Amino acid sequence: MFDIFLDDAPALVVVLPLLISAIIAFMPSKIWPWIISIITLLLHLFLSLHLLKEISVSGLIIYEFGNWEPPWGISFKIDGVNIGLQLLFSIFVLVSTFYSRKIFLNEIDYRDSGKAYSLWLLAVGSLNGIILTNDIFNLFVFLEISALASISLIALGAGQNRKALLAAFNYLIIGAIGATFYVIGVGFAYAMTGTLNMNDLVIQLAQYSDGQLAIFAGMSFMLIGLMVKAAIFPVHIWLPPAYSYAPSAVSTLLAALATKTILYFFVRLLYEVFIIYPSYLSLFLDFVLYPLSLLAIFIGTVIAIYQDDIKKLLAFSSIAQIGYITLAFSLKDHSGVASGFVHVFNHALIKGGLFMAVGYFAILYKDRVTLNSLKGFGYKYPITSFALLICGLSLIGLPLTNGFISKLYLFQALYTNQMYFSIALVAVSSALAVVYFWKIVEQMWFSEIKFKSEKEDAYIYLPIWIVTISIIVFGIYSTPIIEFSNLSADYLISGYQN
Amino acid sequence: MVGGLFIIITSQNYLKKVVGLAIFQTAVFVFFVSLAKVLDGTAPILTKMANAYSNPLPHVLILTAIVVGVATSALGLALVLQIYKNYETIEEKEIESLELKSDK
Repeated sequence: MFDIFLDDAPALVVVLPLLISAIIAFMPSKIWPWIISIITLLLHLFLSLHLLKEISVSGLIIYEFGNWEPPWGISFKIDGVNIGLQLLFSIFVLVSTFYSRKIFLNEIDYRDSGKAYSLWLLAVGSLNGIILTNDIFNLFVFLEISALASISLIALGAGQNRKALLAAFNYLIIGAIGATFYVIGVGFAYAMTGTLNMNDLVIQLAQYSDGQLAIFAGMSFMLIGLMVKAAIFPVHIWLPPAYSYAPSAVSTLLAALATKTILYFFVRLLYEVFIIYPSYLSLFLDFVLYPLSLLAIFIGTVIAIYQDDIKKLLAFSSIAQIGYITLAFSLKDHSGVASGFVHVFNHALIKGGLFMAVGYFAILYKDRVTLNSLKGFGYKYPITSFALLICGLSLIGLPLTNGFISKLYLFQALYTNQMYFSIALVAVSSALAVVYFWKIVEQMWFSEIKFKSEKEDAYIYLPIWIVTISIIVFGIYSTPIIEFSNLSADYLISGYQN
Repeated sequence: MVGGLFIIITSQNYLKKVVGLAIFQTAVFVFFVSLAKVLDGTAPILTKMANAYSNPLPHVLILTAIVVGVATSALGLALVLQIYKNYETIEEKEIESLELKSDK
């Protein structure tokens, strides 16, 4: 009986959250929206696992909406590139929804919780759409749904601090400009090729083998638009205020997954479609993405050191971490792309864990968490603090954590490409990450004030520890992440070599 | 299009920024619709009179994009309203000076 539904699994993982979000929007209850969300996301995880099973048999699923064949209809594509991300997405969303209940109850009016979970599911569904879609215009629609949903979620932080409104407004303006740039690019591409399907686009673009100005202009517009959305360095300014003033549960979701999904699509566009123009691609990667990544790593880390507000500190370190990912992606070979994906997975876990822990502190402290306010928290709330410590060590890249695996693969990729300057810079910025993280540790464990430990809420620290334990597990047994990343890189790079 | 971007960047008033964004997006919509015109083409309705049809697909895409644009403007205006309720001004400079005061 369920087989009928399972055939439509690629559509359902996107449609199910969107549909349920409309249903729970006006529920005045405190608990039901959360329960329904959890059930929805359990189903979502089940469907993702089913997709994984299908993929391991067939290797490629193309789902055509309404049975319209690809160049005309919209299609979803699931292959080795995105199945790993889909699985991570599904699991992490479930964990963070579990975590979000107590946080939302504390940070926003309980009468709004139906609306909050409605927006939450809307963001989840549309971000999942970004992962699966195979149509460049369809992507724009998902991009905007996810942006509007996350802007509304960020604005919910206004109950805590009115600056959330300004952060949301800035995100709206900058994000909409980015998305519109992307649409201009799609317009150029459509004018030249008459297609919006990514696979068909590759075929159609091949007839302009020496390249045309309109196509290059369109490609540039699309890439710039996506760079704004993914918060790659000079166009990242919307990100720190948005992450730091959003409700803590929302920061967790956005920091861990929102930019990652867009980065994934960015890479897919680069290595799957724009690969037909190797000279344009290497120009973009070598002279735009590579230097910008280095700047992002360095400047993001240095600004993070000077932050007093912990959530802002984490947001700036996100800029630097996105820099690591784009640096890896700019390397144009298998090891680079694979190490980029490794860091996408690992950083989602690390930043998710950190934002979760800091969000819990914010509720316990009943104000914004600054460095001063953390004094003695290591003794007061040992369970959460220890999780924060492990996530932080992983962010720096200490052995036995998954952050170390990321750094190891990144160094390896840089070494095979003989980019010694970048290796030095990455090493220096890892050392600088120690500086800003040490400031936190110093306040938490080494200040004079000593507290007796207090009771912590198991509903909140359990999800935090699930993430933390997965960080340690993947630090020791990293095979799953490495395999998924290699699979992604195999699919993307094989197109490059042919 | 450039006019819309200019408004977004230069104006100090949040309301004007939303309007600038709308102009900017509309310009892109017009660009899309202009792509669809086929020389001597008529509206894409099946008749014996026509030799060529204009491409209907960009119109469909833009219909979607207009909906997205409306949602963006609506959310922007709602945020401006909330900002006004909280700060009693929607001028960027005044809000900045208010924030500087509250930080001290």
